[in-house]
Amino acid sequence: MSGEKPKIWIFRDYERCSGCRRCEIACSIRHEGRIWPEASRVRVFMPIPGLEIPHLCTQCPGYPCVEACPFDALLVDKNTGAVIVDRDKCTGCGKCIDACPGQIPFIHPRDGYAVICDLCGGDPECVKVCVEAGYNALITTPRSPSEIYKVYARTPQDIAKDLVSKLYGEEWEGWV
Amino acid sequence: MPYGYWGRLLEVNLSTEDVKTLQVDKRTMRKYVGGRGLGVKILWDRLGDRWEEIDPLGPDNILLILTGPLTGYYPGSRVCVAGKSPQSNGVVGSTVGGEFGVELKSAGYDGIIITGESEKPVYLWINDDEVEIRDASHLWGKEAKDTLRILTRELIDEMSKKKPLRGLCKEPSILYIGPAGERKVRIAAVAHKLTHAAGYGGYGAVMGAKKLKAIAVKGSGPLPDVADLEGFKKLLDSVCKVLIKEFRMRYWGTGWAGYTVGADTSSEPIRNWQEEWHDEARFGVSFFEKYWIKRFWGDFGCPTTCLKIAFIRSGRFKGVLTDNPDYELQAYLGTNLGIFDPEGNIYLSSRADELGLCGIQTGNVMGFAAELYQRGILTKDDIGFELKWGDVEAFAKLQEMIARREGIGDLLAEGTYRAAVKISEMKKVDVMPYAIQVKGIGVGAHGIRSGLDYTKPTAYVCSLQGGDHTSVSNLDDQNRPGEYEMILLDSIVACWFNYKKQYLYEFFKVVAGWNLTEDEWYGELAPRIAAIQRTLLLLGGPDAYWDPRIHDENPQRFYEPLPSGPKKGAVVKREEIEKLKKTYYEAAGWDENGLPKPETLKRLGITELEKALERIRHRLGLA
Ligand code: SF4
Ligand code: SF4
Ligand code: SF4
Repeated sequence: MSGEKPKIWIFRDYERCSGCRRCEIACSIRHEGRIWPEASRVRVFMPIPGLEIPHLCTQCPGYPCVEACPFDALLVDKNTGAVIVDRDKCTGCGKCIDACPGQIPFIHPRDGYAVICDLCGGDPECVKVCVEAGYNALITTPRSPSEIYKVYARTPQDIAKDLVSKLYGEEWEGWV
Repeated sequence: MPYGYWGRLLEVNLSTEDVKTLQVDKRTMRKYVGGRGLGVKILWDRLGDRWEEIDPLGPDNILLILTGPLTGYYPGSRVCVAGKSPQSNGVVGSTVGGEFGVELKSAGYDGIIITGESEKPVYLWINDDEVEIRDASHLWGKEAKDTLRILTRELIDEMSKKKPLRGLCKEPSILYIGPAGERKVRIAAVAHKLTHAAGYGGYGAVMGAKKLKAIAVKGSGPLPDVADLEGFKKLLDSVCKVLIKEFRMRYWGTGWAGYTVGADTSSEPIRNWQEEWHDEARFGVSFFEKYWIKRFWGDFGCPTTCLKIAFIRSGRFKGVLTDNPDYELQAYLGTNLGIFDPEGNIYLSSRADELGLCGIQTGNVMGFAAELYQRGILTKDDIGFELKWGDVEAFAKLQEMIARREGIGDLLAEGTYRAAVKISEMKKVDVMPYAIQVKGIGVGAHGIRSGLDYTKPTAYVCSLQGGDHTSVSNLDDQNRPGEYEMILLDSIVACWFNYKKQYLYEFFKVVAGWNLTEDEWYGELAPRIAAIQRTLLLLGGPDAYWDPRIHDENPQRFYEPLPSGPKKGAVVKREEIEKLKKTYYEAAGWDENGLPKPETLKRLGITELEKALERIRHRLGLA
C-alpha cells in the first residue's frame, strides 16, 4: 500500500460556480493544446444565466458507461479510477452517453470519439484554476469506497431545477 | 493570417437574404486590429462617400459585431458592436462581455457584418457553417427573459435532434433586443445573457430597424491557434494571478462606487447633475449585498468576476432577478433620479434589462425630464403623472413609456439631445442647458468638476464617442490623447477592468504573433483609427450635425459651481477648456478647428479622407 496515492474525486458545488469557464480553458489547453470549450472534459452549462453548471464525469461506482460500451473502448484507470477512452476502439456510437445517468460523455466535435474526464492523471487542472480564484466550485478530495459518487451523475437541467427553486423560488422553475 | 484570428467575416444581407463569408487580409488586420478599429475601417470603406445621407435607422446602415485578436484569450471575453450610431451619427465602438465572441470564433468567424433590413421580424442562427435567417415573429414583443428562454430552448431541441449521438448540447450564445430596440428607441441596447448590454451608441435601435430580434451562435471548433502556446500559458497564468489579488473589484464589483463616487470624489450625478456629492451611506455596497445570491459572477476566462447576482425575495419587488446594478446604473437609475434606495435601484435596473434599454442613457434622459418637471417646464399634463425625485414607481412607469414609445415616452425615446431640441421648440424655452450630453450621447456617471475622478476637464469634449465614459479624451501623462488607450481595448476587444498595461503588449505577441509596440500603437495605429472615426463623427447627419467650435464642449452644467460637499464651489472654466481643447487637437494631429490635418492624413496613409473633410469644411464655412 505504501507509495500508492489515494484515489481522488472532484467535489462540485454548483452554487459557487462563477461561470468564469477557466476550467474549460485549463482542461482544453491540457488535452487539446488550445482553447476549445466544446472539447473540454468539463463543460460549463448555463441553463439560466447566473446558474452555471460545470459538468464532468463523477467516476460513478459500477461505471455504467464502461459496461455499456459494445467495443470495449472504455476502461477504468486502476490508479486514479478515471474512465480512459481508447480512441482507436471508440466508434462514437454514443452508447456510453445513453448509459450515463448524467449524460456526461460527449463526442469530440472534430475527432468523433467519446470524451470523458481523465482526472488529468490525478492532478486536475480545472480544480487548480477554480481553487486559485477562491471559487471552490471544484475541489479535489480523497475518494472513499462508497456508492455516494453516483448521486452526482446528473444532467445540468436536473441540477438546475433544484437550484432554481432553492435560489430564485418556485416561480422560476418554469425556466428550465 | 496572423494567429488569434480566422481572417474570416460573415456577411448577411437581410434585404436579399444573401449570406457569404469574406476574407480579411493580414495587412488590414495589422492596421486596424479588430473590434472598434476594424469597424471604423469597414464603415468608412463602405459608407464614407455618402455618410451624411445614411439614416442610422434605415436599410443602408451596417451593423457590425466584431471580435478582436485577444477575444477569448485575454482574461474576460467581450465583443464590439458598431455601425452608424443613431445617437451621435458617428461610430461608437460599444462592447459587451459574455461568451458571444468565443462562440463566434468557435464557429469560425472573427465577426459579422449585417446589411439591409428585413420586412418581417427575423433572427440569425449561426451553427458553424450553417447560417440561416429565420422567422422571429414568435419572439417579437418579448422581453429579455422570455426571448432568451424561448430561443435557447428551441435551438437546443433542434441541435439535439440533428445530432442525437453527440451528447448534451450547451446553450448557444445570444445577442438580442427587447421591446425598446424593436420600437427603434435610440437609447436601446444590444443585450446579452440576462443582464449584459452594449449600451452606448444605441445599436439596439439599429437591430430593431433591421427587424433583427436576435443573433444566436453555437460553434463547435476551437479558438484559432496562438503563436506561442508556452508563452501564452505562462502569461495567462501571470495576469490571472495579478487579477485575483484585486480584492475590491472582485468582492464588490463596481457597486462599491455608488456611495464612494459621491462621498469621496464628488463626481456622481445627483438629480440630473445638480449636485455631485452625497453622503447617503444607506446607498453603500453593504446595503446591496443582502440581495446577492451570488458574489462572483463573470464571463468566459475572467478571474475577476465583478458581477454579482441580486434577487429580491419579498416585498413590492418580489421575484426581481438581475445582476447587481454596477456603478453606472447605481448612479443613473439611482442617485441621478434622487433614488438612494438599493431595492428601488435594483428594481429599475432589472426593468431596464427586461425592456432592452441602456440604463445609462435612460437614467440620463429621465433625470433631464425630472429636472424639467422640477422647473415647471414639463407639467403633470405633459407626463401624465407627477415626476418627483426619488419616486421609484414614477420612474419605473416612465421607463416603460420610453421603451414602448407611449405618451411623452415617445419623445424621450429619442435620447436626451434630440428630446431637448424638440422640447425647446414645443415649450419655447431653451432646455439644452439641462441636457447633460455631448454630441447626442448622455455623459457617463463620472463628473469633471471636482477634479478628483479619472475624468479630466476635456474628458467628454473631444471624445470620439461623445459622453461615453469608457472612451474619454483626457490627455495622458505623456500628453498623448488618452482615448488611444481605450481604442486599443475596444480593438483587441478586452475588458477595461482586467487591463494590465505591463502584460498587454506581450500578450498580444504570444497570441497574434506580431510585435505591436506602444510606439506603433500611439504613433500610427491609434491616430489612424481616431482620424477616421473623428471624420465620420463630424460628417454626421442626416438629422443632426456637429460643429467642433460649438459641440466640442461640455454640458453647460459643468460650468456651474458644485453646490455642495467638500468640493463646494469647484467649477470648470470655459477659457481653460478652450485652451485644453486646442492642446488635445494638436496632440491628435488635428487642426485648430479639430479636423485631422492634411499632413496627418499623409503621414498615416489615409489621404482618401481628404474629400470627406472637404465636405465638412464646406458645411462649416471653413472652405
Ligand atoms: S473554474 Fe470553477 S467557477 Fe469557473 S466555471 Fe469552472 S467550475 Fe465554475
Ligand atoms: S459519470 Fe457517466 S461517464 Fe462518468 S463513470 Fe459514471 S457513467 Fe461513466
Ligand atoms: S480533471 Fe482534468 S480532464 Fe477532468 S475535467 Fe478537470 S481538467 Fe479536464
